[in-house]
Amino acid sequence: MPSDFLSNLYVFILAGFVGFELIKRVSPLLHTPLMSLTNALDAIVVVAAIIIAGRQETPLATVLGAIAVAASFSNMVGGFVITDRMLRMFKAGKHGK
Amino acid sequence: MTSFGTEHLLDTAYLAATVLFILAIKWLSSPVTSRRGVLAGEIAAALAVGATLFNPEVVAYKWIIISLVIGAGVGIPLGMVHMTAVPQRTALSHAFGALSAAMVGIAEFYVGAPNVSRFAMGEIGLEVIIGSLTFTGSLIAAGKLQEILPQRPIVYKGQNFVSLSVLAAALLLAAALVVNPANTILFPIMVVVALVFGVLLVTPIGGADMPTVISLLNSYAGFSAALLGFVLNSKVLVVAGALDGSSGFILSVIMCKAMNRSFTNVMFGAFGQVQATGTAVKEERSVRSASPEEAAGILEAARSAVIVPGYGMAVAQAQHKVRELFDVLTRKGVDVKFGIHPVAGRMPGHMNVLLAEADIPYERLVEMEDINSDMPQTDVALIIGANDVTNPAARTDASSPIYGMPILDVDKARTVMVIKRGMSPGFAGIDNPLYYLDKTLMLFGDAKAFVGSIVRELVGGGGS
Repeated sequence: MPSDFLSNLYVFILAGFVGFELIKRVSPLLHTPLMSLTNALDAIVVVAAIIIAGRQETPLATVLGAIAVAASFSNMVGGFVITDRMLRMFKAGKHGK
Repeated sequence: MTSFGTEHLLDTAYLAATVLFILAIKWLSSPVTSRRGVLAGEIAAALAVGATLFNPEVVAYKWIIISLVIGAGVGIPLGMVHMTAVPQRTALSHAFGALSAAMVGIAEFYVGAPNVSRFAMGEIGLEVIIGSLTFTGSLIAAGKLQEILPQRPIVYKGQNFVSLSVLAAALLLAAALVVNPANTILFPIMVVVALVFGVLLVTPIGGADMPTVISLLNSYAGFSAALLGFVLNSKVLVVAGALDGSSGFILSVIMCKAMNRSFTNVMFGAFGQVQATGTAVKEERSVRSASPEEAAGILEAARSAVIVPGYGMAVAQAQHKVRELFDVLTRKGVDVKFGIHPVAGRMPGHMNVLLAEADIPYERLVEMEDINSDMPQTDVALIIGANDVTNPAARTDASSPIYGMPILDVDKARTVMVIKRGMSPGFAGIDNPLYYLDKTLMLFGDAKAFVGSIVRELVGGGGS
C-alpha cells in the first residue's frame, strides 16, 4: 500500500468526522443552501482539471481536462451565486427590510 | 520540474483553502452567519484556482481560459434560476460535478496507460465508475424534476436483477483492469457500463422520492471527488470531497428517516407501484367542502393557524399568495406558523427556500417535531398542496404502505382545511382518511387562486 494512500486516508477519515459533526448542526431550514454550497466547494475539482488541461500531454487529455474545467467551474460560480441568493432571502422578523 | 519555492506556495494556498472550506460549512449552520460561510468558500475557491494557474506544470493556457469562460457562461445563468427550479438545478450540478471528476480520472488513466500501477488502477477504476454513474443518474433526476422525463417510476419485471448485473459488470471490468492494467480496451467499456448503470439506477425512482435521491447523488458526487483526491494525491480534493460526501450522506439518512424507509427500499422499492389496494377498498364517504368566504371566516376567527405547504404549493407557484395570506392574518392578530415536513417538496429544505423567497420570516418556519407539539392547541391547520405527509393512516393503520412514517399531526388541530384540486389520491396513491374527518373542510381549487380568494375576502370583509 503506497504511503500516499495512507496519509490521504487519514485526511479523508478526519475530514469525514469534521463534516459529520458540522453538518449535523446545520438547521434543516438551510438544507437546500447547504447542498448548493457543498456543491460549489466540491467544484474544487477544477484545480485538478486545470492541470490536466494545461499540461499539454496528449490531445485527449487536453480535451477531457477542458470539459472538466468547464463543468466544474460552472458549478463553482453557479453554486456560490445561488447559495448567496438563497441566504439573502432568509430574513428574521419584520424589522428592517 | 517544480522549483521548491513555488510548490511550497501552492501547498500553502491549498491548505488555506481547506481550512476555509471547513469554516464555510461551520458558518452555514445558522442563518445569522451563513452568508459569511459563502464568502469563506469564495475566497477559498479563488485562492485555490489562482494558485493552480501558477502551477509550473501548467504550460498552455488557451483551453483553460476558453473552458473557464464557458464554465462561467453556463454557471452564472444556472445560479440565477427561479427558486422553484432549484431542485433540477441541484441535480444538474451533481451531474456536472460528477462529469468533471470522471473526466479527470479518465484523462489520468490515459496519460499513464499502459503503465498504470495496479493500486492506482483500483483507485481510478472506482473513481471513474462512481463519477460516471452519478453523471447519468443525476441527468435523469434533473430530467424528471424538469418534467422532460415522466416523474412516475418506470419499472419492469426483473429490473433489480438487470440493474445489479450491470453494476456487477462494471465492477468486474474494473477488477480485470486491476489484474492487468495494460488491457486498456476494457477501460472505455467499463465507463460505458457505469454510465448505463446510472440511467438504470434513477429511472425507476418516482418524483416523491427525489429528496432522498438528490441527497444520495450529492453524496456520490462528493465521494467521487474525494477518490479523485486519492488518485492525484491532492489533500484539498480529499477534504472537499469528504465534506460534500458526508453532507449528502447525512441528508439522505435524514430523508429516509422522514419517510420511514431504508436506502434499499428507496433505490429498489419503486414506491409508486405498491398500492393497488388503497383505491380498491374505497367506499362512498362524504367530505365537507367550503367556499373561500367560509374559509376566510374561520381563519379570521382563529387565534392560531399552522400552514402546511407541500409540493403542490410549488407547482401552483402559490408561495407569494401564501405570503399575502400570512400578512393579512398576522395583521388581524392570528398567530401563523408553517409546519415543514423534511420531505415536503423535491429536495431537502425545498419549502423553506420557497417561503423565504416569498419574504416569510424564517422563525415562522417550524420543523415537524416542534410544530407537532403545538398542534392540539392550534385552531386551524391549513394544508396547501401536501398530502401523504399529513395522512394520519401513517400513525394508525398498520396495513397502510406509509405506516410508521413520521407525519405532521394536522388532524389534532381543532379545524383542518385542505386546499386540493380534487379528491385524487396523493403520489403514493393512498387514500387520506384526514379528508373524511368531521372537522375537515375541503377547499377545492387551484392553490394559488384559492389562497388569493381567501386573501380578498379577508382584506375586503375585515376592513383592514
